[in-house]
Amino acid sequence: MITSNRKLTVPDFMRPVAELESQVTELKRLAPKNDKVIENKINRFQDQLTKLQKKIFSSLTPLQRLNLVRQSERPTTLDYIPNILDEWIELHGDRGGADDPALVGGIGKIDGHSIVFIGHQRGRGTKENVARNFGMPAPGGYRKALRLMKHANRFGMPILTFIDTPGAWAGLKAEELGQGEAIAVNLREMFSFEVPIICTIIGEGGSGGALGIGIGDSIIMLEYAVYTVATPEACAAILWKNSKESLAAAEALKITSHDLKVMGIVDEILTEPIGGAQADHQSASKYLREELIKQLNILLRLNKSQLKTQRYEKFRKMGAFYEI
Amino acid sequence: MSLSNWPLKKANSKAYNIKSTKQITIPDGLWVKCFDCGLLMYSKVLKRNLKVCPQCSYHFQASSNERIDQLIDQGSWEPMDAHLISTDPLGFKDQKLYSQRLKDTAVKTGLQDAVQTGVGRMDGQKVYLGIMDFRFMGGSMGSVVGEKLTRLVEKATQERLPAIIICASGGARMQEGMLSLMQMAKISSALEMHKKENLLYISVLTSPTTGGVTASFAMLGDLIIAEPKALIAFAGRRVIEQTIKEDLPDNFQSSEYLFEHGFLDLIVPRTQLRSKLIQILYLHTNND
Repeated sequence: MITSNRKLTVPDFMRPVAELESQVTELKRLAPKNDKVIENKINRFQDQLTKLQKKIFSSLTPLQRLNLVRQSERPTTLDYIPNILDEWIELHGDRGGADDPALVGGIGKIDGHSIVFIGHQRGRGTKENVARNFGMPAPGGYRKALRLMKHANRFGMPILTFIDTPGAWAGLKAEELGQGEAIAVNLREMFSFEVPIICTIIGEGGSGGALGIGIGDSIIMLEYAVYTVATPEACAAILWKNSKESLAAAEALKITSHDLKVMGIVDEILTEPIGGAQADHQSASKYLREELIKQLNILLRLNKSQLKTQRYEKFRKMGAFYEI
Repeated sequence: MSLSNWPLKKANSKAYNIKSTKQITIPDGLWVKCFDCGLLMYSKVLKRNLKVCPQCSYHFQASSNERIDQLIDQGSWEPMDAHLISTDPLGFKDQKLYSQRLKDTAVKTGLQDAVQTGVGRMDGQKVYLGIMDFRFMGGSMGSVVGEKLTRLVEKATQERLPAIIICASGGARMQEGMLSLMQMAKISSALEMHKKENLLYISVLTSPTTGGVTASFAMLGDLIIAEPKALIAFAGRRVIEQTIKEDLPDNFQSSEYLFEHGFLDLIVPRTQLRSKLIQILYLHTNND
């Protein structure tokens, strides 16, 4: 939820909209009451404003999208959970000495189905972000996720994952505890589960850190979300040898929902409210809940072996090459 | 000839000699200096010692062809999927077009992509082997690497045989975008099938093994072996140094460091790798 004591940060491309918006509000305040003519004019302004907003959002560049989903007002996993699940309990611990706050999970009910949910958890504001490590899980986070997914598999509960991370944590401790191994094991084990898995990219899908909970039967991506093999900043630094080229890198990497749908990496693009999910948490949650129920009902019709075969085939097809 | 002419003559002959040595062409790479201890050695000596420095046992990078020769019984190697070639699915251009980079690298290395796969025998035991080659765009994993390794593991599962992958890679190939990230998932899915059939998969980590390769098949070996002092990492050292702003241990992200933390079964020098693998394969053959 948006905290009232903090001002909304406005990205550059949203500035004209924000300016007009404040002008319209100002006009509304100044306008005499019950004057039909002025009221009509204000309404017309309002319409134009909505149109402008739509136009700006329909032509966002990949880098603008990345900045949009990194906004702190954007709903996080734990903002969605209470709105899309009928009831839920958060569960903790990897049983190996850690409970990673950057990756959360638990059990809950959606539309009468018991499920296990797992998601990256970013913070809002500096203090919370430090506590959540900016949504970058340590190996313990991936091991907690694996533990919960195994639990889901035993009790026949479908798994819902929510992806929103700049990447897995890159630090001394993470290397020492085997970040690579933790993610690798998740990739392999997620192919062994006999329950439906639905993955939703709600914000930033950062490389291996995202994929570590990103193997599913159905991959949903929010309209403005991005999914990258490496952050455009890192890619620019490596391939262009200049981190200022991140605009070019973001374009070249094809990270938007539409590009990834075409490549067959995501299955569904979920429309976001005007202004993005951050502008209207309730509608965004409603759309997501409806889509999850829809996908769940499709997948629950398949038996265990059909599910596993289909999941295998889905990823088996990914890749582009010539054979001569 | 007077004595005073003598120095002049000497100088002239010297000039002549220098000129003539310039005309002699010495083939490149005849002599190699060890990066670690500085020992100067004849390249054939180094090659005979499997590209391991005879003095300090520094491991030079070995190509996929050299590794096949080092590991597989002579004449038993049958390559698989040698005609898979990368496309440029994104039309990617950084400082150079990806399609051009592929062509140039293929000419330079004589390889089609960053991995060779095939089936061969090790002391008579049949094994499916994949060898990554760092010379091809840093051993990066794109669609071709993913597809060849997936087919390799699938074939091994089908024939109920062990699989070995020698890793050497900088990680996912960014020029193929998300398709390269998905290769991590694809290979892992094949390894899951292989594992379910209780078949043996050994990963051998050589320098460097990093990024997306570490976070998938490199770390999924039933047994994981590394060459001494290899760089094995998930994230780059520089990235970590920048984020934590403190000095890292000297042996950070080396084979020895991973061994200490329990992520490797064995550290085996290249000169003993073949015999050790043969022994492991032998120990896994059933008593029936």
